[in-house]
Amino acid sequence: MPTKSKPAKPKVKAILDSYQGDPSMLVSILQDVQAEYNYLPKETLTQVSQDLDIPLTRVYSVATFFKAFSLKPRGRHIINVCLGTACHVRGAVRIRDEIERELDIKPGETTEDFKFTLETVNCVGACALGPIVIIDSKYSGQMKPDKVKTLLESYD
Amino acid sequence: MVTLKIDGREVQAEEGKTILEVARENNIYIPSLCYHEEVTPYGACRLCLVEVTGNGRERLVVSCLYEVADGLKVKTNSERIAANRQMIMELLLARCPNNQAIQELARQLGVEKTSFKLDDNQCMLCALCVRVCQEVVGVSAISLVNRGVDRALATPFYEPSDVCIGCGSCAYVCPVDAIRFEDIGDTRYIYWPNNKMEFKLKKCKTCGNYWAPEKELEYIRKQANLPADAFDNCPDCRE
Ligand code: FES
Ligand code: FES
Repeated sequence: MPTKSKPAKPKVKAILDSYQGDPSMLVSILQDVQAEYNYLPKETLTQVSQDLDIPLTRVYSVATFFKAFSLKPRGRHIINVCLGTACHVRGAVRIRDEIERELDIKPGETTEDFKFTLETVNCVGACALGPIVIIDSKYSGQMKPDKVKTLLESYD
Repeated sequence: MVTLKIDGREVQAEEGKTILEVARENNIYIPSLCYHEEVTPYGACRLCLVEVTGNGRERLVVSCLYEVADGLKVKTNSERIAANRQMIMELLLARCPNNQAIQELARQLGVEKTSFKLDDNQCMLCALCVRVCQEVVGVSAISLVNRGVDRALATPFYEPSDVCIGCGSCAYVCPVDAIRFEDIGDTRYIYWPNNKMEFKLKKCKTCGNYWAPEKELEYIRKQANLPADAFDNCPDCRE
């Protein structure tokens, strides 16, 4: 098991301060918290609720509503496989299968060494380059199943 | 005041009220599941839809959210409304095929079966309990979480809530009885669709009966600024 990140509360405090504790900025605040911890640790949600003086139910609802938020620790690199229509017809499913096989995880999961998290998206607006795989913010177009391994190996 | 027509009948209404409220005031029936006069309307069940005519165009609107206006013409029943309600009812029935209240309402609206794939939920996600807990009780222990097909009613993290006082208002107000509670001995159990909680009940000093959750009494006592011994006795043993 990975060591659990400690409730380093000063960081959350600083984020909240940068928004003057404005409850209407909840989504932005959670984005910043996630950028800091790479996911939303439970204690941070509790603290956000307390400091903004809004119910924990509301924070939790928002945190579980948006796909961009994760309540589980994620990998150092986030892989997004586009399964939009254009990428789909050009074989995106085979790319996804190949990544699944290579890393032994399913979409939404993270490798045991916390190196990769696999996600899927539906169209990123780069259809002409499909099938597309995005790792962190780098786009790799015209992916082929036999290029997957090399691509993944270029990350550490 | 504004004047509008509901099903051909001229009615007067206060500005800012919704069609559903005005219809109820005038004893005109519109089916609904998620509406309750004590809380903010939410428009979740869509059963209350009606047809309104404004600018010569007829459109379907949700009557628990749509505000009345001068000269508005409202139909609460038409073929189009009936067909749409039946479709909504079929969807609700597919989500909660074993829920008695939903079965009952479906029958009333002439829906015997659904053509959609059957699920097995009791809760239809109308959030009435969520609104009552927050707006009436003032606590906010439960909410709708996740989204899309994973949408669910739950406490934060699906764990026992720190703030829930065990009052059972959620169970009381649920229009389809998807939440239950029971008192056994000195404990109250609340069962939500996805988790449950236990509460210690307070014992009456005089008769020895367990009569209400300690947390709830403490909450009321503080809100109303009552002395520490205000709830030592149950209502029956109080002078
Ligand atoms: S479908 Fe993949 S980018 Fe549009
Ligand atoms: S009563 Fe209007 S949407 Fe449910």
